[in-house]
Amino acid sequence: MTPDLFYAFTGLVLFITGLFGIIALQHLLRKLLAFNLMGSGTFLMLVGLAQHRNGTDPVVQALVLTGIVVAIAATALALVLIRRYYHLAGRVSLERDATDEGRP
Amino acid sequence: MTAWLLDGLLAAMLVITAVSVLASSSLFRAVVMFIAFGMLMALAWMRLQAPDIALAEAAIGAGLTGVLLLDAVAHFRRGPGNAREGEQG
Amino acid sequence: MKCRGLVSLLLLCAALGWVLVYSLWSIAFNPVGGSLPEQVSKAMADSGVDHPITAVLLNFRSYDTLLEIGVLVIAAIAGISMARLPSLEDPAFRTHDALLDALQRWFVPLMWLVAGYLVWAGAHQPGGAFQAGAVLAATGVLMRLGGMPMGFLQPGYLLRAGLILGFAVFLLVALVTAVVGDAFLAYPAGTAKYLILLIELFLTLSIAMVLLSLFVAAPVNDAPESQEGHQ
Repeated sequence: MTPDLFYAFTGLVLFITGLFGIIALQHLLRKLLAFNLMGSGTFLMLVGLAQHRNGTDPVVQALVLTGIVVAIAATALALVLIRRYYHLAGRVSLERDATDEGRP
Repeated sequence: MTAWLLDGLLAAMLVITAVSVLASSSLFRAVVMFIAFGMLMALAWMRLQAPDIALAEAAIGAGLTGVLLLDAVAHFRRGPGNAREGEQG
Repeated sequence: MKCRGLVSLLLLCAALGWVLVYSLWSIAFNPVGGSLPEQVSKAMADSGVDHPITAVLLNFRSYDTLLEIGVLVIAAIAGISMARLPSLEDPAFRTHDALLDALQRWFVPLMWLVAGYLVWAGAHQPGGAFQAGAVLAATGVLMRLGGMPMGFLQPGYLLRAGLILGFAVFLLVALVTAVVGDAFLAYPAGTAKYLILLIELFLTLSIAMVLLSLFVAAPVNDAPESQEGHQ
């Protein structure tokens, strides 16, 4: 077991944690955080698996670099949408009768 | 041996911060934990010999995302409709 | 009821986790044909830069990067159209704090310098357009939170030009190489170095503009809802 493979399995744990969060949590901002955790886990798996055999791999590193920048753009756009939704609907979760835990 | 200790510690910290992002009771705490998670990810990329990704993760994952999320948390605290009232940040 | 849902979700996630563990294990310990790093290091001499990741991003797989900046521009346009602000530059943020002003006078030029260095460094060591763009965007966020007026963020030709610049220059290079040279995005021999630097410079500007405008577009103003759709 190389360190790279070890990090790939860490990424797997993060991915599953994020997947659980994105389904189980109600608050949209928390869903977004969970989605980002899933993304980080995926990136770790990609780089870890690719580098496990071949050593430092510029192709997969460039791919993940692109992925990180797209992920931040998606996160920022999602935040704009969530804030707009909150502004219009006054709620931070999609369920109609859910308690809004974001309100103090 | 030391390297494995470091890797194990880093992975444990990653998982712990990830769980506390999802489990913490206050939204602000979750976001702060997420910023810490981003910094730990940058360290993990360094351990994976990917300095380019580490740079991007530190600047984007920890810096920019943190500002965006904290701004959003402040917005939710202010309540809908009066987005400009109240404390900034 | 709710508890049972959570338990079944946990079981489902655990099952998926085991499937993933199995597939990771089988991928990791089965032989794969061909080695990408070898191919990259063989082709490095023709790429025009010394840093393999920059070579992959802007030469070998530049098609991906072109599409990526396209995705970023679309995200920025979507974000801006959500904010119903006449001006994206918000006077409410214009504070006059002596300490903040003094700090910014030190930090903003320094961060510009760092961003410029990162673009330049990308040719032969870690760095490049994405990191530099992120630093530049962070500078913009700092300027905005510190209350500096940023007239260029008003929706208008300047903002649109800034958003589209990187994509446009990239596409122009691609089209010119397709018409004059061999193929779409195949740089002619000897010009790769300069073309990559040109693309990276404009890419940095555009990435910073996209991230900054997405940040600035986030606050929702308190205009009455009856104006919905009268943009």
